[in-house]
Amino acid sequence: MAKTPLQFRHNGRDVALFVDGGTNLLVVLREMISDVTPKFGCGQGGCGACTVLIDGDALLACLTLAEAVEGRAVETLDGIKTGPNLHPLQRAFAEGFAAQCGYCTPGMLMAAKALLDKIPQPSREQVVEAISGNICRCTGYEPIINAVLAAAASLRASA
Amino acid sequence: MATHRGRGMAAINYPIGMNLGGDPSQALVHSNPSGKFTVALSSIDLGQGMKSVTRQICAETLGVPVEDVYVDTADSDTGPHCMGSFASRGTHRVGNAVMAAAKEARGVMMEAAAEELEVNAGDLETDGRGNIHVKGAPHRSISVKDVAIAAQFRQGKTISGRGIFLVPLSDVDPETGEMSPATCYAHACLVAEVEVDDETGEVGVVRMDSAYELGRALNPRLVEQQLVGGAWMGMSHALYETTEPYYPDPKQGPRDFVEYLMPGPGDICPHDIAVLERPAPDGPFGGKGPGEMCANPVLPAIANAIFNAVGVRIDELPITPEKVLRAIKSQGGARPQTRR
Repeated sequence: MAKTPLQFRHNGRDVALFVDGGTNLLVVLREMISDVTPKFGCGQGGCGACTVLIDGDALLACLTLAEAVEGRAVETLDGIKTGPNLHPLQRAFAEGFAAQCGYCTPGMLMAAKALLDKIPQPSREQVVEAISGNICRCTGYEPIINAVLAAAASLRASA
Repeated sequence: MATHRGRGMAAINYPIGMNLGGDPSQALVHSNPSGKFTVALSSIDLGQGMKSVTRQICAETLGVPVEDVYVDTADSDTGPHCMGSFASRGTHRVGNAVMAAAKEARGVMMEAAAEELEVNAGDLETDGRGNIHVKGAPHRSISVKDVAIAAQFRQGKTISGRGIFLVPLSDVDPETGEMSPATCYAHACLVAEVEVDDETGEVGVVRMDSAYELGRALNPRLVEQQLVGGAWMGMSHALYETTEPYYPDPKQGPRDFVEYLMPGPGDICPHDIAVLERPAPDGPFGGKGPGEMCANPVLPAIANAIFNAVGVRIDELPITPEKVLRAIKSQGGARPQTRR
């Protein structure tokens, strides 16, 4: 099958490679450029473990054709900290025990980041809505919701 | 047509571990020349925090900082035998095995330090910050790292320890049928408040209040989080989960875990938890562990709350809207019970 040239921005860096037609973004990220922060969960858009931001929108990498991100900006968990400093969301997740087995955590963090980037001071209902496409089987969601609200509060305090 | 509130309670007396074949688990602890320690286990951390809690137990027993202990879990090729992560046994059984292994390793570490400092091992103590010194004379001190280097390169010793925890097999008394299946029990009581819609049969959990007695909470934040997550799983068992739903035809049932219904972030409720600590005499530092008990009392409490709300007794799980609605219809309408 013919390869298609593909260029996009990955966490602020330009990436250029050749992909097979039909390759999805999750495969490109994990297997071709070794960013394993988006997780493979269900491969059918049901769990949210592969959530990434494309031009700021939370989308599922497993359902996104690689060619669809041509010229666009893809942000993953790998890019959200600043140097050695964790993103406020990451800190709030760690401090609030919002991860147990950890498999859903990268997707949760990206879904939450998409929310806070657009709505810096969300209500609890808005947080619930934002993570409703992400499945967690350990925590019972409560600490995740609380961590997102805590991160929003710490962003407000530092603003 | 209306929604009805109801409150239900359940209490639980929960055995830690089991008594089939003695329920053993093993642990191995060894130091590297860097003065850091590795705990080898084949036990599995499923997200409940066994890796963290065994790390704490090992560090505390050795007398070294927790950062200096690494726990290598879930490899039955390289780890010693473990019965497994079930029966709420992780903290108690594996914790005890790690404690025994760390105790033996600490003995070797203190002997090696004694040789370096030219004193009796019995006169030495650890400061928990990575040093070993003579009791009452802290200036006569050596770091754990230097002890590990000396053991490896000069003394030719391995600073290591083996641990196993085995409960003596309890036989059944032929006269009375009595036996002791467990050596310690944890306890809990949970009150659930629900809202039942008598038009749709839908049940919403409004809030939960619980008290858990689980020995010493070795890591209180982990315990609390395990209880929060476990209660959610209990609510899921009570109201959502089944491999054989759905109406009207089994063909509409889930085919995989993506379609397997569990409550989402919008279905949860406030849950106030009180943790009571009664250290177990045979637990590692008194710990029993929350284990499966964090989910168990939720199911009967919710079933009781539904009875309290609309007067129907559902004894098959999960308690789906269909079952609630059929039961309400067959008794000719909702019959709210007295609020207690």
